[in-house]
Amino acid sequence: MQAAPLSGGFANTATQSAHAFRSVMEAMARPGTIQDIEGASPPAPLSPAAGAVLLTLCDTETPVYLAGEMDCDAVRSWLSFHTGAPFVGPAQCMFAVGIWDALGPLSIYPIGTSEYPDRSTTLIVDSAGLSASGAKLKGPGIKDYAALFLPELEAFQANNLLFPLGLDFIFTKGSELAALPRSTQISRLDSKAGAQVGAS
Amino acid sequence: MYVAVKGGERAIENAHAWLAEERRGDKGVAELGVAQIREQLALSVNRVMAEGSLYDPDLAALAIKQARGDLIEAIFLIRAYRTTLPRFGASEPVDTGAMACDRRISATFKDLPGGQVLGPTFDYTHRLLDFKLAADGEVAEAPSREAAAGDVPHVTDFLNREGLIEQAPHDDTPPPDLTREPLEMPADRALRLQALTRADEGFTLGLAYSTQRGYGRNHAFVGELRIGSVPVEMDIPELGFAVEVGEVTLTECETVNQFTGSKTEPPQFTRGYGLVFGQTERKAISMALVDRALRWEELGEDNVGAPAQDAEFVLYHADNIQATGFLEHIKLPHYVDFQSELELVRKLRREAGVDQVAEAAE
Amino acid sequence: MSNYNFAYLDEQTKRMIRRAILKGLAIPGYQVPFASREMPMPYGWGTGGVQVSAAVLTPEDTFKVIDQGADDTTNAVSIRTFFERTAGVETTTATCDATVIQTRHRIPEEALQEGQILVYQVPIPEPLRFLEPRESETRKMHSLEEYGLMHVKLYEDISRHGHIATSYAYPVKVEGRYVMDPSPIPKFDNPKLGDMAAIQLFGAGREQRIYALPPYTQVVSLDFEDHPFEASKADHPCGMCGATDSYLDELIVDDAGGRMFVCSDTDYCEARQAAGHKGKDAA
Ligand SMILES: [Zn+2]
Repeated sequence: MQAAPLSGGFANTATQSAHAFRSVMEAMARPGTIQDIEGASPPAPLSPAAGAVLLTLCDTETPVYLAGEMDCDAVRSWLSFHTGAPFVGPAQCMFAVGIWDALGPLSIYPIGTSEYPDRSTTLIVDSAGLSASGAKLKGPGIKDYAALFLPELEAFQANNLLFPLGLDFIFTKGSELAALPRSTQISRLDSKAGAQVGAS
Repeated sequence: MYVAVKGGERAIENAHAWLAEERRGDKGVAELGVAQIREQLALSVNRVMAEGSLYDPDLAALAIKQARGDLIEAIFLIRAYRTTLPRFGASEPVDTGAMACDRRISATFKDLPGGQVLGPTFDYTHRLLDFKLAADGEVAEAPSREAAAGDVPHVTDFLNREGLIEQAPHDDTPPPDLTREPLEMPADRALRLQALTRADEGFTLGLAYSTQRGYGRNHAFVGELRIGSVPVEMDIPELGFAVEVGEVTLTECETVNQFTGSKTEPPQFTRGYGLVFGQTERKAISMALVDRALRWEELGEDNVGAPAQDAEFVLYHADNIQATGFLEHIKLPHYVDFQSELELVRKLRREAGVDQVAEAAE
Repeated sequence: MSNYNFAYLDEQTKRMIRRAILKGLAIPGYQVPFASREMPMPYGWGTGGVQVSAAVLTPEDTFKVIDQGADDTTNAVSIRTFFERTAGVETTTATCDATVIQTRHRIPEEALQEGQILVYQVPIPEPLRFLEPRESETRKMHSLEEYGLMHVKLYEDISRHGHIATSYAYPVKVEGRYVMDPSPIPKFDNPKLGDMAAIQLFGAGREQRIYALPPYTQVVSLDFEDHPFEASKADHPCGMCGATDSYLDELIVDDAGGRMFVCSDTDYCEARQAAGHKGKDAA
């Protein structure tokens, strides 16, 4: 078992992280779209998609908060070995990773300052239900409307009201991801509109 | 009929070939070796290391050769190379008190422990061209003596013992890193000093000079100027202790500045500080004066609106690689924005009736 | 160049730039500070754009570089060669074939598509800089959404000249929040900024800022009700391809002051000529 932390990283860092980043960027630029992301085989409970996001974006300069079950030896040593990211509490983190129920409440994370709204946490919500259904999204990156399953509405609506401050979210499951930046306005998807919404 | 101009790629290749030929110069003259530059143009090498922020005399000498002696171009080559180097860690702070000094002078005390050591200085040379050098640069060996044993104490420590100079307490806060984080205002002193140590020598000199002429005057005495080598140590986590990884030559200048007190501080001497790679004393002294001028706020002094007091002005314009790049970029094509200005000026002139006047006069 | 990493930059630098790009996309129009690195070309010559391109390129991309709309200007050639050597990517001059386009001072005439990324080289990212030189002040103005100074400046133009005397780098407001500098594109290009299908990324190397416009973002050129924004260009057709809808370069063709106007977008002009369109000066 000693070898486990050493494996499961990107075999070819430069090209695999380039591809992984494009998936994350497309997701963040086009909220509601579901993107493939590959290359990482992290230990459970971290999904391959969440693992790839962390490998792509984290290093010694990015404090990470492991929420709930994510805060285990397997994940800690794997992330340490592959990224060198320091582990911190939610109030200091640049990235937080965990399942939705373990991550809350959102008020514990930095949302940036009015002069530096970028100094905020990006939350990686793992084991998310990724599908183009549930919530109706509108805003930058979205032509007309998009749809995305969200674990709840109110928290994300409240986050959007903080704009330009606020948190950004990456939802991961298996080898797929979607993203929800703070700029997206969220409402309940009425069943009729659902039929017309595609992944624009 | 018009045929569009093409061949940018060929033009660039040809320009590079010509540049290489010009760099070599007359082939009847022996080629300059990198070791010759390193040994005989050492002060150029030092400046390139200091402003390039990379301590490597051989690479600096190579850069000077490649840049045809244009030091800013050489600094640019070093900076661009430096950013590609992996970062293994940070050294321990160097102890300049343990410096093996080649030169150590104080303008504030006639004699002091450690003594006044002139070292290899131009200071008292008469600036007469030495025509002998044109033919033959061989020199006799300079007289030498054993270096005195033990550390050479800092002059400011003597003043500190009497409580006459501001305290400079030990501080273990990790300094910000200008090369890894974007410059942000307000900049604390550690960040300002980082920017100044790699700042353009000419710019720093001009600013320091302006403070002497009254634009933020701060009455500086050179408390001490020392040049010499210090060991560089790095903590090796696997070993659990620090090991010496090399040695660098540094120039350190501490100014002692008259200060009559302010709303927040008692009358005492204050400090300006300069520390630069290599033997670079003009730069180190300039740095200390500018450092002191920038400290007006923390010392409760008045902002008299002098350029050297304005941290944002100084730090955003001190880097010669940023400055020269942006200055020179106006050579690049600006057809598109110029065309939009052309259309605008024509429109404004048409509406002002200027063009009719010009045509009537023809 | 094999001593260097894919696309030149080391992975840690790319991660730092990638994080800044994501923040930029999440806060459209806001300038994200980033620790710009020294590049092997001078500041002011596209180091911001080059760093952003290096952070987004994959080996499978097809890359296009334009300067002043043209693929064959010397600096465009130089940057294209840099990425051919360091990233081994395919390059093209055809706008429609490119997945990543780095540009200085123009937006291609042909509408960009989903799946494409437009990377701008930006000299001065701060739209308020010429009104207020201090970064500490302009940052405050953005935080307070205090853009009165900009409106005053534009209005002074109108009272002095009867027009807004800004013809390029014309400021825009993004999603009703941040005033943004679109880089020194002619204001003719401003209407293309909004609702674009492609991702737009802006990189300012020397000034250490990255900002972004996600696709389909609302971008409005600043104006006044009685003086609405107007995208203008030289009132001529292209001498080579006859296009009447493209931005034109003015060329001086003889000593007698003879002039001709040609599309600044070389790919657009060549494609039209290849399709049989002919202007009055074409051979
Ligand atoms: Zn044309």
